[in-house]
Amino acid sequence: MGPVLVALAVLAGGILLASLRVNPYIYFAGYVVLQYIVIATAWNILGGYAGYVNFGTPAFFALGAYTAIFLMEAYKAPLPVLIVAGGLVSAVLGLGIGYLTLRLRGTFFSIATLALSVVLQTLIINWDFVGGAKGFTVIRPSPPFFGNWALLLFTVMVGMAAAAVVVARFIERSWIGRGLSALRDNEEAAECMGVPTLRLKLFATTISGFFLGVAGAPFPYYVTYVEPASAFDLNYAVNALAMPMIGGTTTWIGPVIGAVLLGTAQQVATVTISSELNLLIVGVVLVFFVVLAPEGLVGLARRLRGR
Amino acid sequence: MFSWDLLANAVVAGVLLGGFYAAVSLGISLTFGLLDVVNIAHPAFVVLGAYMAYMMNTAFGVDPILTGVVLMPVFFLVGAAVYRIYYGSFERRGEEALRGLVFFFGVLFIIEVSLSLTYGVDYRMVEAGYIGKSIDLGGVGISFRLLVPFIVGLVMTLALHLFLSRTFYGRAIMGVSQDRLALRLMGANPVRIKTIAFGIGIAAATLSGTLLIAIAPVVPSTDRDYIGRVFAITVLGGLGSIGGTLVAALILGIAESLMATFFGPSWSLAVSFGVLLLALAVRPAGLFGR
Repeated sequence: MGPVLVALAVLAGGILLASLRVNPYIYFAGYVVLQYIVIATAWNILGGYAGYVNFGTPAFFALGAYTAIFLMEAYKAPLPVLIVAGGLVSAVLGLGIGYLTLRLRGTFFSIATLALSVVLQTLIINWDFVGGAKGFTVIRPSPPFFGNWALLLFTVMVGMAAAAVVVARFIERSWIGRGLSALRDNEEAAECMGVPTLRLKLFATTISGFFLGVAGAPFPYYVTYVEPASAFDLNYAVNALAMPMIGGTTTWIGPVIGAVLLGTAQQVATVTISSELNLLIVGVVLVFFVVLAPEGLVGLARRLRGR
Repeated sequence: MFSWDLLANAVVAGVLLGGFYAAVSLGISLTFGLLDVVNIAHPAFVVLGAYMAYMMNTAFGVDPILTGVVLMPVFFLVGAAVYRIYYGSFERRGEEALRGLVFFFGVLFIIEVSLSLTYGVDYRMVEAGYIGKSIDLGGVGISFRLLVPFIVGLVMTLALHLFLSRTFYGRAIMGVSQDRLALRLMGANPVRIKTIAFGIGIAAATLSGTLLIAIAPVVPSTDRDYIGRVFAITVLGGLGSIGGTLVAALILGIAESLMATFFGPSWSLAVSFGVLLLALAVRPAGLFGR
């Protein structure tokens, strides 16, 4: 019950922040940071717990976004439907790459996910119904409550971030997490000890895909104009990887810390310096951490406490 | 829309493109295929080479390929340095699989963003005597813009093949990919050999980048298009087989050219990645696997 209560408290805090109605830019920027909490947490379920590095984050994120666009264009579906559908479609893609792990391990899996992202982007570019290469402009109806989309989407993202973290924490603490870390350390040995590796991998890729899609589904409402280049942005792949690496990949709190620090830093840098330079910072910080502090901030804190 | 003329032109253009793709993929065949170093930053070094050629061409009017050849020793040293960092941080500790991959992904990102900070995100191109000229062979046009990189690609392939099969260091590189311990017993230092091989891989990448900018204008994010291509070619070619790399590059070049001619250029990128996904899923050992 503990984590659920904490999640509810976070949710309440988020709604409280939303109801305070401070500078609207806070909600706009906060949405991005929260979105990265969902993305980093989802990535970490597969990358951190199971040790399968997914470079195809943009594919899942964009699939969620484009599922939403398709449903808006075809059926004028409301936001909750878009989020659930975006998550489910990406979960199916996740299940698909889960079966890919049967043949591809380690680096080959990572390269395949990167390839997947480009193939999907090519398909979307050539699909005119969802805007093709020109992009798609979203005409938002007036928001059902709060009277302001930034505020409403911010609140929705608070809920999704809380849900993602609760699920990640549950997986980590249960036998599923232990099974995943066993197959991360040695897949053959885990299989021999009776760990159902395939079922666990399929579970991890599906859940990871679901939350990445969920993070992408409200994206068209947030930016109001989506083009393939922005939905399939390589930045999502780098951030999804960098945030857990910086925070620490073995615990649920790692991606959250990484997303909050790096996400906030990027938002500040975008406003104060330039958006190109902030990407450079992400790259440098990523390389710095992976070389000098492979366990991330959580690992550093543990080492300091151990002394 | 179909005509034999169009087909012949597409195939010829595909073969020429394939020779260039071989040049781009040689370095990765060496580093990833033979040394098992997942140098995902390889395409970023290709684009870096293209921008070096652009800089020398606009400032001093130097031929792009000449720039590439002159700069090879510099990038050999850069590659050697990158490998030393990689070795010291990951390979020595046996952590190369996951973190090494992330490391190279970060390097790719840093190079790409640095280039767009320095040169902006506009398309850049070079000027040289042979760009824009072409000869006509009975209805089939051969543009020098593609022919010159094709020839350079073939020369590079041949040179690397001779180096690997005839020289001491070349054979040592083949040896390190098969049995490190045996190599050590022969009195050669595997880390030193791998450093040399990695340096050659990066030097080949930047040289092929100067071919890239001779063929078409380049932006900093061009490297993303080549990630799939180089890995598709390397995997299809059988990981580390130099002849296999050339054959796979020709196959991919022809397939992409046909796709672009008959279905439109926006589909041609999907060919390489589709080939890669298929090759990985069906036959990871490639056509000429060891």
